[in-house]
Amino acid sequence: MFDARAIRRDFPILERRVNGRPLVYLDNAATTQKPRAVIDALVRYYTTMNANIHRGIHTLAIEATEAYEAVREKTARFIGAEGYGAVVFTRNATESINLVARAWGEANLRPGDEIVLTVMEHHSNIVPWQLVARKTGAVLRYIDIDEEGHLLLEQARELIGPRTRLVTLVHASNVVGTINPVAEIAEMARRVGAVVLVDGAQSVPHMPVDVRALGCDFLAFSAHKMLGPTGVGVLWAAPGLLEAMEPFLGGGEMIAIVRPEESTWADVPHKFEAGTPNIADVIAFGAALDYLAALGMEHVRAHEVELTALAMERLRRLPGLTIFGPREPDARGGVLSFAIDGVHPHDVATIADSFGVAIRAGHHCAQILTRRLGQSATSRASFYIYNVPEEVEALAEALEHAIEVFRRGDSRAAVR
Amino acid sequence: MAIPEPQFDELYRELILQHYRHPRNRGRLPGAALRAEGANPVCGDEVTIELEMNDGRIARAAFEGQGCSISQASASMLTETVAGKTVAEVRRLADAFERMLVNGEPPAPELGDLEAFQGVSKFPVRVKCALLSWKVLQRALEGAA
Repeated sequence: MFDARAIRRDFPILERRVNGRPLVYLDNAATTQKPRAVIDALVRYYTTMNANIHRGIHTLAIEATEAYEAVREKTARFIGAEGYGAVVFTRNATESINLVARAWGEANLRPGDEIVLTVMEHHSNIVPWQLVARKTGAVLRYIDIDEEGHLLLEQARELIGPRTRLVTLVHASNVVGTINPVAEIAEMARRVGAVVLVDGAQSVPHMPVDVRALGCDFLAFSAHKMLGPTGVGVLWAAPGLLEAMEPFLGGGEMIAIVRPEESTWADVPHKFEAGTPNIADVIAFGAALDYLAALGMEHVRAHEVELTALAMERLRRLPGLTIFGPREPDARGGVLSFAIDGVHPHDVATIADSFGVAIRAGHHCAQILTRRLGQSATSRASFYIYNVPEEVEALAEALEHAIEVFRRGDSRAAVR
Repeated sequence: MAIPEPQFDELYRELILQHYRHPRNRGRLPGAALRAEGANPVCGDEVTIELEMNDGRIARAAFEGQGCSISQASASMLTETVAGKTVAEVRRLADAFERMLVNGEPPAPELGDLEAFQGVSKFPVRVKCALLSWKVLQRALEGAA
């Protein structure tokens, strides 16, 4: 039974007050809070198990290695990839994408080859490809969106053609919330022999994700957006891809034999984990995966759809407020970006914060999309497992105050 | 425990809201001798300032830009404040404005209406919004003899 109120008790930070009021944390698309189980796992590792992994013969090294590798398996299971392909731990989703851009992209892209992406990508899935395009002469092609923030599938069909080598797209938008039809687009890519990368930073934490069902070749996501610590990213790759790639970074841990002129590489996934990895945070990420698995991702998803529906209904009643993205709550993740006539998003966020309500304001690292929406910035509220309907109401009331402050300024000035 | 009233009224003083809604000297100056632009990349505030100079003084100032109420009202008030002042006077003013915002010093008398921004000093993430146009102005003045 999914009970957000009971869940809240597992998150120490939710007892905090901000500006004299209970914290209403609605910036979950940026990072989520951590349950006690994750914090404890981190402390337990350093208290009882700390050792470097993969090369020690002593007991602590063996225990730490086993704990670290167990999380790799747990991660694979979480995305339906048990015994299928490989999980590489990186620093974050951004690094996961950069790994593919450098290690796969630079080796496989030729002048005139096309990389198809979408206008709703996060900068982390744009800039690495721009860098690769500059080096290889490959060309970027963007799939546009309609007025509701859905990808134009007709255009996707036209763009994904014989020159396409890679299709890279976000599963769930961090701005408009749209959940993209990845399986359908992956099928288009497969027909032309292109590789598919999915940015799952906003989907893996919030809904059941199965790499086989998506039909992708690479999946990137971040631990800290799903109850885990910062500093851990995941790159999953379909069988064979990583084996055929040269290393991304060189150093310890990723080698087999080192000779003066040349070395040979460790097997996948270690070939892509040069140096001492983020052992403690990976192990604590295991506790986050356990926590989410116990809740059931289909229940997590249902809870967020419920809150999103409530928030859309409530916020639409506010004067001058526009919500971007799909109209149907079940077509989107628990992310609401909005604009209020005459009130800049930074002012919205400052006033909300004075009520203890944490929301994001800005371009959300998606300038292309923000401009496409005709905005220079938007305000964004994003939900997670511990949010409750009263917090939607607290947000709405804070927004009402913001509207009132700027109306007041307007009417007084007009009287003069 | 009583819930304290939110403290944003100090930030959104009436004068700031008026300048945000009805900015002064917004636009271009065809005869501008000096021009500079700047942005806060984190939040996307943008300001361009143009200055007409006359005998070592700023004859007129105008701005264009987009962003939050604090950044745009600050630019608007700046254009009114600096008109008729010498470069040296404006530099002293910019310095006094920054000290009020960054160090929380009481407003210097020469700041005049700019004291409306005093409350911004209590909102550290918004200080750069208020300072943006003044930084741009100083960059424009680097071109002055």
